[in-house]
Amino acid sequence: MTSITRDQIATFLYEEAYLLDKWRLPEWLQLFTDDAEYQVPSMDLPADATPDNALFYVADDRTRLGERVKRLMKRAAHAEFPHSSTRHLVNNIRFRQESDEDLDVEAAFATYRMKDGITDLYLGTNLYKLKIVDGSFKIRRKRCMLDGQALRPAGRISIIL
Amino acid sequence: MKPETPGAQLPLIVDRDRFMFKVARNNFVDPEIFRREKTEIFERNWLYLGHASELKKPGDFLTRVVAGRSILFTRSSEEQLHALLNTCPHRGMQVCRERSGNAKSFQCFYHGWVFAQDGKLRSQPGEESYCEGFKSRDSSNMTHVPRFESYRGFCFVCFDKDVQPLETYLAGAKDHLDVICDQSETLSILPGTHEYSIRANWKLLTENSIDGYHATTTHATYFDILMRSNGGEAFSSGMGGGYALGNGHAVITSTSPRYGRPIAKWIPAWGEEGRVEIDRLYNDLVARFGEERANRIARQGRNLFIYPNLIINDIMAVVVRTYYPVAEDFVSVSAWALAPEQETSWSRKYRLNNFLEFLGPGGFATPDDAEALEHCQRGFANHRDVPYSDISKGMNKESPSNSDEIQMRAFWMQWHKQMYPEAAAEIGDKVI
Repeated sequence: MTSITRDQIATFLYEEAYLLDKWRLPEWLQLFTDDAEYQVPSMDLPADATPDNALFYVADDRTRLGERVKRLMKRAAHAEFPHSSTRHLVNNIRFRQESDEDLDVEAAFATYRMKDGITDLYLGTNLYKLKIVDGSFKIRRKRCMLDGQALRPAGRISIIL
Repeated sequence: MKPETPGAQLPLIVDRDRFMFKVARNNFVDPEIFRREKTEIFERNWLYLGHASELKKPGDFLTRVVAGRSILFTRSSEEQLHALLNTCPHRGMQVCRERSGNAKSFQCFYHGWVFAQDGKLRSQPGEESYCEGFKSRDSSNMTHVPRFESYRGFCFVCFDKDVQPLETYLAGAKDHLDVICDQSETLSILPGTHEYSIRANWKLLTENSIDGYHATTTHATYFDILMRSNGGEAFSSGMGGGYALGNGHAVITSTSPRYGRPIAKWIPAWGEEGRVEIDRLYNDLVARFGEERANRIARQGRNLFIYPNLIINDIMAVVVRTYYPVAEDFVSVSAWALAPEQETSWSRKYRLNNFLEFLGPGGFATPDDAEALEHCQRGFANHRDVPYSDISKGMNKESPSNSDEIQMRAFWMQWHKQMYPEAAAEIGDKVI
């Protein structure tokens, strides 16, 4: 199987962060497969929790993820209009290539959200299930595991992590 | 001539004849009011601690901060629930520093004292240096909260030992709580807690949680999404009323909301598998309660407020939410999903899906609510020159609707009564 390098993964993750920080969300959405999932579990759940029987903060299938993006591009998404400035920092990349098609990636993230004179920080680990497609990647699942015990003082997840 | 002092002269202005109801914005920003609320509001009223279902087995425990105090909530081997003040009788350390777990006893690590699940002192290192009979003294044990009562699984504490019994306190809210609890005989809190915050005064969240008026504007994007997933049917919160329930409690109802309800109202997006499941659930309710009550339980939504700070919204899912002031302009919020323990996997999945679309800080509604409240709080910096908020909508109506404001008036009248009893006596108790 063709070996994927950390550099290739980093390039992809940096591109994802770039699209998010530029609020180019419809293009960001194109990075996902048709059966994709975007999840942010609640902070008191075990690592193997599923949104089918536990309460997450976010558990989007591809349809709802599309709705999330559509919403964030509207004036009427009041929490994000005018939208926040964000800075998605990603590092500490670890990965395991399962096959020619499947890749598991873990990366630490520090995402800053700035608005109305306030800066909030979200810290955690992103767990990606990536599909290797045509020499690049598509995201089959992105699960953001937030560090800490509470979403305070940030208080909301109105941006995309 | 001395200039008039700017700002609100009174915390509340009520004139029923002129349909006037004004709330001083100073109430949301004044450090002295914030300080007094700690005792007048949060030491005198029943406060929600947790649900009996959160402690399933003997030995299960959790710690939770209620009105700034850590409470150790346990289920003993004898199946008794205990709400203990989490402070060592020796020299005060918080005995249990874990969020939750299962334990036969609790050891305070500082000097090694060990307590049973009911707070009784079991052992102390250096016992021989304490006088005889020390262990059997009440003051050697962890202290229970002054009052602890539960109603249909909802467990409350009060720091005032003379508070009226919980069921009396619940007044007209009890009936609505019954409707919610009748949904299923096995209602439980699901795993996964929403712990978040809003940079606004806690009373703004009370107002927002039982407000129907803001739905179509603040939540326009949510209803867009609902419309698309519902095959183009335009949103309607349906007919419904706003009601004052006594003791500061209030509710808004909606009689034919367009969202689906896990128990038990079908929407096309749920498909045939969903229709079969929803019909089964509905028929169960009819068998237990008859058609009329089954319809009320299954097909109507309600946002129930139990004074001073408990919200139970039974809408497209059931959320239980409490919130406490941390500062004049910061509130700490905790929310849980309530669902039948015995629920099919289809129902559980669709319920949670419904929940997350709207409710919670990652959904399509709460962040916009938070944005509104935070900007109200910022607007209140002008409170000396714009001293009052107007909360008079629907005052001139026999039967206020769910987009009127009688719910907020019910809350404010009770708040005013507890904070300013003399001024409140002049206004009287009638909420219109």
